[in-house]
Amino acid sequence: MLKFTAEHEWLKLEGDVATVGITSHAAEQLGDLVFVELPEVGAELTKDGNAATVESVKAASDVYSPLDGEVTEVNQAIVDDPSLVNSDPQAAGWFFKLKLKNVADIDSLMDEAAYKDLIG
Amino acid sequence: MDDQSVLKTTPLHALHVSLGAKMVPFAGYDMPVQYPLGVMKEHLHTRNEAGLFDVSHMGQVIVKAKSGLYADAALALEKLVPVDILALKEGRQRYGFFTDENGGILDDLMITNRGDHLLVVVNAACKDQDVAHMKANLSGCDVTLLEDRALIALQGPRAEAVLAELWAGVSAMKFMDVVEVPLHDVPCIISRSGYSGEDGFEISVPEAHAVEVANALLEHPDCEAIGLGARDSLRLEAGLCLYGNDIDTTTSPIEASLEWALQKARKAGGDREGGFPGADRILGELASGTTRRRVGLKPEGKAPVRSHAKLYADAEGKTELGEVTSGTFGPTIEGPVAMGYLPVSHTAAGTTVYAEVRGKYLAMTVATLPFITPTYKR
Repeated sequence: MLKFTAEHEWLKLEGDVATVGITSHAAEQLGDLVFVELPEVGAELTKDGNAATVESVKAASDVYSPLDGEVTEVNQAIVDDPSLVNSDPQAAGWFFKLKLKNVADIDSLMDEAAYKDLIG
Repeated sequence: MDDQSVLKTTPLHALHVSLGAKMVPFAGYDMPVQYPLGVMKEHLHTRNEAGLFDVSHMGQVIVKAKSGLYADAALALEKLVPVDILALKEGRQRYGFFTDENGGILDDLMITNRGDHLLVVVNAACKDQDVAHMKANLSGCDVTLLEDRALIALQGPRAEAVLAELWAGVSAMKFMDVVEVPLHDVPCIISRSGYSGEDGFEISVPEAHAVEVANALLEHPDCEAIGLGARDSLRLEAGLCLYGNDIDTTTSPIEASLEWALQKARKAGGDREGGFPGADRILGELASGTTRRRVGLKPEGKAPVRSHAKLYADAEGKTELGEVTSGTFGPTIEGPVAMGYLPVSHTAAGTTVYAEVRGKYLAMTVATLPFITPTYKR
């Protein structure tokens, strides 16, 4: 199941673990990324709380946690090479995996069609 | 009324939009921050080939003495800047700044001897204030803001070759030379200078012909349009100050490490010693030093350290030293670069200080400016 947030994140749910990244639209808007800071494995994130930071040449931007949960894995590859987020944001450029506190919460997020309507 | 409707535009605005630029408000103008190439590639293209920048938002000002004599205009302007303008030769340009009574910096500017008058280029955000300042203080001079000229910067190692397509004589120009020549039969004022650390030119063009000249330059395969984003990372790698960030009324030229811009004639013992606002402080600091100085800062990690990050002597944030004034990622350096002010006890190259970023204390090393090796054609 693929879901989206108004903060331009995507979530791909497998069991009770969601892989989280930023959308192609967000990556394009941010421009060339030069730095990524990810949460620690084991960190408890709350919906809309700070989860990660990305920086382009111009500015730093926060990435928020789409739902409540615990970080089970992070993508070191994007820390080593932030340009991966620009080149493949919705696959190889994933950010972290989140074990959801309440799997049902994901139903409150947008599906792909609703997200596409949002970004126009 | 939304903000967009009050923004001014430059004569190249429609060209930027047609090239797919992302436009942002800057100093009251709707300006291109980047084109589809993106900040990173635009920066590298300028360092490796040639970049064209619209800097028409900057103020181009004529200062002419009512006597018609260059010396009278030069001596009048010397009352506002600590720079030797009288000895500036015809067709030559130099860097300077307006100082205030406290020895702070009101704006920085480029000053050209145009024979019987001065051409002064000032920052967009300060131009109204600068013109008022000159009108109020330059007795015996007419001060005219040129509202009908665009300013196009062409920067990079291929800039000479690009401009040579329009004017073969360009190769004879040296760094800080200024000439008036026709490009496409349009009378243009060309200086060999810029704000990128590369060889390059700034071309003042009558507004009605700005698009035509810009397009003629962009036709060259080595020339790309470059936005304000890359302009900032280029100038920061080159160690050049941005007014409002690195220098302002709270910083003196000596604190800002800009003493190289003061020539002998205006310093202690010179022919025209002092005689500019804040001279007591500025000449005093030249003689006895300052408590703080602007330095280059190289973050040891990969995280950019941005302006206003606080600097500490220790990794626990106990002893505050100063602040970062500009910071970004340097695409040529392939790492973060910054500038800031530190007490003179901490300004030796190689000194480690710590910047507070998102609650962490990141090590930075005091570095010699510029971060890149400039390629000015001296």
